[in-house]
Amino acid sequence: MPPRADAPPADTTVRRFAPAQRWAHRATALLMGVCVATAACLYVPQLAQLAGRRALVVTLHQWSGLLLPVPVLAALVSRAFRADLARLNRFGPHDRVWLRATLRRDRRPASRPAGKFNAGQKLYAAWIAGATLVMLGTGLLMWFTHLTPLVWRTAATFVHDWLALTVGIVLAGHVGMALADPEARRGLRTGSVRREWAEREHPLWRP
Amino acid sequence: MKPEHPSPEPDVPGADDPDARGTPVGRRVLLGTLGLGALGLAAAPSLQRGLESFLAGAADRDPTGLTGLLPNGGGFRYYSVAASVPRKDARTYRLTVDGLVDRPASYTLADLKALPQTRLVRDVQCVTGWRVPGTPFEGVRLSRLLDAAGVRPAARAVRFTCFDGTYSESLTLGQARRADVLVALRMRDEDIGHGHGGPARLYVAPMYFYKSAKWLSGITITEDVEPGYWEVRGYDVDAWVGRSNGRDDAPTS
Repeated sequence: MPPRADAPPADTTVRRFAPAQRWAHRATALLMGVCVATAACLYVPQLAQLAGRRALVVTLHQWSGLLLPVPVLAALVSRAFRADLARLNRFGPHDRVWLRATLRRDRRPASRPAGKFNAGQKLYAAWIAGATLVMLGTGLLMWFTHLTPLVWRTAATFVHDWLALTVGIVLAGHVGMALADPEARRGLRTGSVRREWAEREHPLWRP
Repeated sequence: MKPEHPSPEPDVPGADDPDARGTPVGRRVLLGTLGLGALGLAAAPSLQRGLESFLAGAADRDPTGLTGLLPNGGGFRYYSVAASVPRKDARTYRLTVDGLVDRPASYTLADLKALPQTRLVRDVQCVTGWRVPGTPFEGVRLSRLLDAAGVRPAARAVRFTCFDGTYSESLTLGQARRADVLVALRMRDEDIGHGHGGPARLYVAPMYFYKSAKWLSGITITEDVEPGYWEVRGYDVDAWVGRSNGRDDAPTS
């Protein structure tokens, strides 16, 4: 790909995400938001009482859940997106250092080496992808109830309920960390981040 | 996808990118999560029994009520199909009985309370799986209201409507005349609150709980069974617990 004409001045900002990553993230976040909100309205009695409209809420939940993997699958056509998936997949020695520093609650940037993605982001990406697929599978078992025996359906409900609670807590952490880091949010909003931030948070990344 | 030579393209991790090499931990975590999910499915029956008894014990000693929000935390779950449900009290509540009857009627809450009351203690079983053991319901036998209205010979079914404006369901006349079918005014030995379908709801003890319509406001005697709200959406009309909707729960009545 030739250098972009719209690239910001290289001395102050660096390019972090192409449109493919940003739009995949946006669409996934929207679908996940609908999934979580409708789940809460189906599950928490007080919210269920406020929202009502059970048939509509169920339909919204089913379809947003079914579509949840689509943005990531669609973004696979982008080379930049595939390259980021490759980065998220690989764990080097620096990732082990990063994780150990986190476990010791060592917050100094020097003890937390990271490439384009730190070890926490890598673990989160892999786990949430797996969890989403488990939610999709168990959700389909609960949706098409006539396809499987009852014991499967109750088991699927059990896994779906407890994993939903876990996903909710982990997602809250993900959103909380994003709220605490405006520059990381800027990266996903505009595609670029300040060079100084990139060098501090992702010292091993060579953009 | 990961060239070993320095790449001129910024979108591909080059050799100087520390994330170009290394163990594919991401893929292992993803596959591991999938595996745990499958394992959870297989182990669910025994895990669920253990958790249910643990949570039931914890709920007894939990003043915050937060355990009730956990999966399998026990207790009722609130389902409403309408956008919002108006509140009715002793002053505004009416229950009408009409259709193929000789004497259509309209009951106030006081009228219903003045009739002989029947108390039943049975398990409540929802078609989505939750079960609340030994729940007392108290109210007027539906058969008493049907007899008072004088059901005509052509009638074969009863249709129920609700003041949420949306929900409806039906029973055959034979089902409706059972002694364990009530217009319930009390649940768990308290007047039924709005959240549980008060001031009066149907209670069909032998059937899945969606047959026990909340916010009951109309009883219409009809010639044939007319499928109700969930019934046109695929649930069985004859919703006997353990013998319908593809489930095998223990019967409740």
